Amino acid sequence: MRYSATSLLRQGLAGHRAWPAAWRSPPLQPRYDAVIVGGGGHGLAAAYYLAKRHKVGRIAVLERGWLGGGNTGRNTTIVRSNYFFPQSVALYDFALRQYEQLSEELNYNIMLSQRGVFYIGHSDHDMEMMARAVNAMQINGIDTELLSAEQVRAELPLANFGPDARYPIHGAFVQRRGGIARHDAVAWGYARAADGLGVDIIQNCEVTGFIIRSGKVIGLETTRGPVSAGAVGLSPSGHCGVLAAKAGFRLPITSYALQAMVSEPIKPVLHAVASSWATGMYISQSDKGELVFGAGLDLYPSYAQRGNLPTTQTIVAGMLEIFPAFRRLKLLRQWAGIVDVPWDYSPILGPSPVGNLYLNCGWGTGGFKATPAGGYFLAHAIATGAHHPISAPFDLGRFATGALIDEAAGAGITH
Amino acid sequence: MLLIPCPWCGPRAEPEFSYGGEPVIRPGPAESVTDADWADYLYMRSNEKGAHRENWCHTNGCGQWFTLTRDTVTHAILSAEKP
Amino acid sequence: MTAKRLAEGGRIDRGRTLRFTWDGGALAGLAGDTLASALLANGVRIVGRSFKYHRPRGLYGAWVEEPNAIVDVQHGEVQEPDARATTVELREGLAARGVNARPDVAHDRYGALDLLHPFLPAGFYYKAFFPDWHRYEPRIRAMAGLGRVATAPDSRRFQALTAHCDVLVVGGGPAGLAAARAAGESGLSVILADDRSAPGGSLLWQNATINGENGDRWADAVSASLGRGNVRIFARSTVFGAYDHGAWGMVERRSDAPAGWAGERLWTIRARRTVLATGAIERPLVFPDNDRPGVMSADAVMQYLRLYGVRAGEQAVVATNNDSAYAVALALRAAGAAVMVADLRPDLPPAAEAAITAGIRVLPGAVPLRAIGRDGVRLVDLGPQDATSPREAVMRVPADLLAVSGGWSPSLHLLSQARGSLRWDDGRAAFLPDRCPPDLHVIAAESIAAALVEGHAAGTDAAAALGARVTIAAPHCEPDPPATPIRAHWRVPIRRARQWVDLQNDVTSKDIVLAARENYSSVEHLKRYTTLGMATDQGKTSNVNGLAILAETTGRAIPEVGTTTFRPPYTPVPFGALAGLRHGRLFSPWRRLPAHRDHAALGAEFREYGGWMRPACYPRAGETAAQAIRREAAATRAGVGLFDASSLGKIVVGGPDAAAFLNIVYYNEVANLKPGRIRYALLLRETGIIYDDGVVTRLAPDRYLLSPSSSHTQGVLAMLEAWRQTECPAMRVAFHDVTAAWCTFAIAGPRARDVLARLTDIDLSDTALPHMAIAQGGIAGIPGRIARVSFSGERSYEVSLPAGYGPALLQRLLTEGTPHGITPYGVETSSLLRAEKGYILIGVDTDGMTLPGDIGMSGPLRAKPVDFVGKRSLLMPDALREDRRQFVGLLPDDPAAPPAVGAHAVEHTADGQRRSIGWITTSVHSPALGRGIALGMIERGRARAAAGETVELYHLGHLSRARLCSPVFFDPAGERLHG
Ligand SMILES: Cc1cc2nc3c(=O)[nH]c(=O)nc-3n(C[C@H](O)[C@H](O)[C@H](O)COP(=O)(O)OP(=O)(O)OC[C@H]3O[C@@H](n4cnc5c(N)ncnc54)[C@H](O)[C@@H]3O)c2cc1C
Ligand SMILES: [Zn+2]
Repeated sequence: MRYSATSLLRQGLAGHRAWPAAWRSPPLQPRYDAVIVGGGGHGLAAAYYLAKRHKVGRIAVLERGWLGGGNTGRNTTIVRSNYFFPQSVALYDFALRQYEQLSEELNYNIMLSQRGVFYIGHSDHDMEMMARAVNAMQINGIDTELLSAEQVRAELPLANFGPDARYPIHGAFVQRRGGIARHDAVAWGYARAADGLGVDIIQNCEVTGFIIRSGKVIGLETTRGPVSAGAVGLSPSGHCGVLAAKAGFRLPITSYALQAMVSEPIKPVLHAVASSWATGMYISQSDKGELVFGAGLDLYPSYAQRGNLPTTQTIVAGMLEIFPAFRRLKLLRQWAGIVDVPWDYSPILGPSPVGNLYLNCGWGTGGFKATPAGGYFLAHAIATGAHHPISAPFDLGRFATGALIDEAAGAGITH
Repeated sequence: MLLIPCPWCGPRAEPEFSYGGEPVIRPGPAESVTDADWADYLYMRSNEKGAHRENWCHTNGCGQWFTLTRDTVTHAILSAEKP
Repeated sequence: MTAKRLAEGGRIDRGRTLRFTWDGGALAGLAGDTLASALLANGVRIVGRSFKYHRPRGLYGAWVEEPNAIVDVQHGEVQEPDARATTVELREGLAARGVNARPDVAHDRYGALDLLHPFLPAGFYYKAFFPDWHRYEPRIRAMAGLGRVATAPDSRRFQALTAHCDVLVVGGGPAGLAAARAAGESGLSVILADDRSAPGGSLLWQNATINGENGDRWADAVSASLGRGNVRIFARSTVFGAYDHGAWGMVERRSDAPAGWAGERLWTIRARRTVLATGAIERPLVFPDNDRPGVMSADAVMQYLRLYGVRAGEQAVVATNNDSAYAVALALRAAGAAVMVADLRPDLPPAAEAAITAGIRVLPGAVPLRAIGRDGVRLVDLGPQDATSPREAVMRVPADLLAVSGGWSPSLHLLSQARGSLRWDDGRAAFLPDRCPPDLHVIAAESIAAALVEGHAAGTDAAAALGARVTIAAPHCEPDPPATPIRAHWRVPIRRARQWVDLQNDVTSKDIVLAARENYSSVEHLKRYTTLGMATDQGKTSNVNGLAILAETTGRAIPEVGTTTFRPPYTPVPFGALAGLRHGRLFSPWRRLPAHRDHAALGAEFREYGGWMRPACYPRAGETAAQAIRREAAATRAGVGLFDASSLGKIVVGGPDAAAFLNIVYYNEVANLKPGRIRYALLLRETGIIYDDGVVTRLAPDRYLLSPSSSHTQGVLAMLEAWRQTECPAMRVAFHDVTAAWCTFAIAGPRARDVLARLTDIDLSDTALPHMAIAQGGIAGIPGRIARVSFSGERSYEVSLPAGYGPALLQRLLTEGTPHGITPYGVETSSLLRAEKGYILIGVDTDGMTLPGDIGMSGPLRAKPVDFVGKRSLLMPDALREDRRQFVGLLPDDPAAPPAVGAHAVEHTADGQRRSIGWITTSVHSPALGRGIALGMIERGRARAAAGETVELYHLGHLSRARLCSPVFFDPAGERLHG
């Protein structure tokens, strides 16, 4: 049944009894043409594009837990494409353009709210670096503006303009097309659409090994038994290293816990996404009224999906330094996801050292915004056996040449 | 919050330490190392889920480096070695 | 509702009346009241509105589980949004308002939204409001949110602290008190944390006789005896989170904090063993319209009665599926209310006898099928648990209070956070502790008697695990007669009616059924799709009912459905407390120069540079900063300038292997440096990227002095240590950061030597002290050093004395320099002078991609005989590319308009697009050249500069042009260094 205001009204009058399942819970089949490991937004999107664009026949997504329960369901949902390097712009703006029409395409409201993403600068030097970033983006066709302190004050009136501010506000840059989207809806929307195209989404099915013959993967071991596969796409955020090891290679990735947290809901006071270069924090207010924010990593490797208290305290202090009025609010919930951070903070896409095995790894702390792109290019690689031109610079091979795409070095932003 | 057993100072709280990566063996001399081996040394990590050997420095303490084996799932510390 | 304050009873001070306001109206309560008990005593029935449908809501609970009474409170200048009325201690002058209603919760205009409920099922927003969500979002946003946050600053203070103990006991009810009493007796250090104003927990309102006295008396006595010596009692203190290795987060609210002191403190407690004695929370009964004001938790009714002397109604129906509510019925009866009990168990339990004896009517096999009364319960329909239609009601009774008990859920949030596991127990219809981490003891007792026994055992076990012994006996309490098993109840199978599961978020059983139908049937999907348990009460009263309904709907058993993970915090924690003192200046304190005050007296304009507060320049009256910078630069080049370089790092490296070690760590050759000589050198990362630059001075064959940049000193020190300890452990070398021990002033300009000559006995002749050499001797009579290095291109001496002499040395230099027109100059001026010379500034002209070859320093890579940090990376294919960005100078076509820093040089690609080929890193108006000059990193920059190419510059839509040139604009031959 198509979702629309009309169907909602009609069902409302009929007691909502006819809504079908958003997706099936099918049994695992013994054989698929393509198997995606990881039922996060990226993996579900890859399955959707494989079915939709490449008309691949039998497709499965194997998810060890519940779909969307990894980082897709844990992130702070910031979407933007204001990157420094043209390669990154091509990738992330592709994703943002997909997002802009995704609700319609998937027939599922992903609540893309392009309320603007602000990066606040706190010194002349920050503003110079921001000018450098803004110019790079404008040259690459991305909408960004450099704002004065007064302009920032007009749009973020609660930011710390006080005389005692440790980090005085000198200005900001903003991407107006940036904003937030509803993370669960992205996963669910892709899942529902993929399922509608015949994709089997198998939840509670962990991939435990690869069946490899003469350098090529031909199947997978799973907690629900073996399955043979024509090609395999890896999209297991938080477990890329684990799966790579099972396939016999290593990645330039370290996994860390990244925390996020929300306040109790309050009436709207923050209408954009704000981020500070000095404290690394980023914050937005959800449609429910909660302030959603985060900042740095717990700085040691972890697969624990939870953060420790000192980092929570640092993140909160960093947020309050920029928005002191929020000190009277309370922390309602705090959690963490495991992020696979590559050396240069850019993802690793495309072919792997093993035949028929394709990577969509290393999205680190910022891959929600790239969900449509990660899925799209993974599908492309699986279907064609080769890179799409946009994903080519993100090949694993860049580490052996040194041609890294280091956004932190280029623009000083990691999220 | 981790309680890390510094081999010199005894158990101390997490904020006193800094994480220093997996122990790696530096290949050399430069001229005889291939690009691939160097990239492997610089970038590739085993990133173990479970028992993980890792270097730490007691930065805000005695300043010494040492190697921990720590479970990256439970954060339980399995051993601490002096170099 | 006809709630009222009784003439006696309660732990309140009837002699102290406190005035407060509720939605603008003046009311009064008593000391010892919570805001909730005071509202109830005043007969306030509607205390909130539900989130989605704006249904009127009354108090349901009495403590942290309360879902409805969310209020904004203001006391003096301190405002707190989204407070829970049940946990706010009443204070004189408190002003409280209901939230999310207009004009107020009693007369909310949005109440009409409830009529739209058929069209607002769970997740309705996923199915509509697109393609352009932006058209709808603002209105939906405006509807959402609870309280309003005040924005005016207040003087509220917070603090973060740490405590250690052998045994932490969380919860001061019977189990916790017994545990703390036992562990305390063993002599171990014990912390007992309880979130109420005093320990005692349920002993303060439930019936118990312990060691012959009333439970509340016993609790008071034990608390009084424990709160000294080795046992610390923290009241009003909530342990909210379990962290690794025995660490717990606790927030302490201090109602008695002296003015100016922290009212709330965040404690990190590190405990060797922990006893979780966090009690249990009563579950609601789910039935049609169970959200009406006047439907209350039976246990809450008891608390209002016993703690505050408030009787929540005069005509009460007590509906239950277990024995615990009988005591409530009896207490209400004793307090003069008319009471009737509906027990959904078909056979009357023995517990009913006392009630019947007391004249209470007990109806077996009955549950409420409906609560009637829009703004508060008036009538209750009672009928069988399996009724499928409201018409199956067997009785309609008038009531102004419907006290419900759906069973008890032990509070196992902290156990779950600490990675213990839970198991479902059908007999108790509850999740109970299953696996428990080895350093934890968890109590989930069914009665006070059991709690005392289990608590005592846990305290004893915890002590034993730490090698201590407990000799006292467990407190004795007459056990209750054996309880009749609970009969689980999750909802009434009446289809059409709405039955609330999550009161705050307006999640009904229908929403859960819908989620299951649409296959959002894992617990986490259910939670997210319906928002069950996501409200500010974190599902304390709704989680289990929700799970059970999901299980029932999907034909699974509860254990198959599982349980959600509990995330910290247990109850909301003030952000301010988490930040503690880390705000404002203390967030990251600035470092200051030894002569900071003297610079201030000289009129310095201070700015922050990498954590240091340093003079940017010294504007005179009527002068702008830019003018001051030009004046200072010109004066330095013409005569002599004075610059405080004390923040520059100073690391002494000593030991027989110092030279060999530094030669590995530094990019440049430093081992062949002669004692007394100085060399400029780069420090690379293993990736070949430039990390820092600075001069290296050889003080003696086995002693070097490094000068890292001000903000990198700690990093450089850490890097040296890391390399020494991990890669070069056999080398005999040590490091000492002496940055703070010295003050350093640079005297630069053609007259520099003349000034210096007046206060030192060091031979300043060019043969004795040539450029890039150092000498030691008396300076103003104090032993010190003079190094001849220059960051300005002028003849320049860096004079160093122990830091304490900083102010005196500055004054002396100024005095001696006056005849020569000595001019203090700041960091911005210094940066201008160096720009004219094309000296790089790390982190400004370089970034996280810059290799030494990019700034024209490829000599060491070719010539240096030893392997060094980062060397192999400089041989990687990408490092050897010819089209790398290189450091160059730029002369803007318009000499009066230096380009903006951050402007990009662009070229046009075949398809007509612009492509960046690099950027401007430094740009100034040069007084020495009388024009604008710039530095930048440009692809193939050196070749382009050699060819005299012009590039197009792009800055925020504006275009300009500049010619590429050598980065050294001024005195390219370097003659002034010796002039
Ligand atoms: C706290 C936090 C905040 C963030 N904020 C932002 C933000 O604001 N903006 C942004 O763009 N990004 C953000 N991110 C990053 C973003 O969440 C991720 O990059 C992105 O969601 C990754 O999507 P995914 O689909 O690849 O991963 P996931 O959603 O994690 O999906 C991977 C799935 O693979 C499954 N899996 C793993 N191993 C196996 C196996 N062996 N077999 C089967 N299945 C397996 C996992 O269970 C998981 O469901 C944040 C991340 C975190 C943790
Ligand atoms: Zn130590």
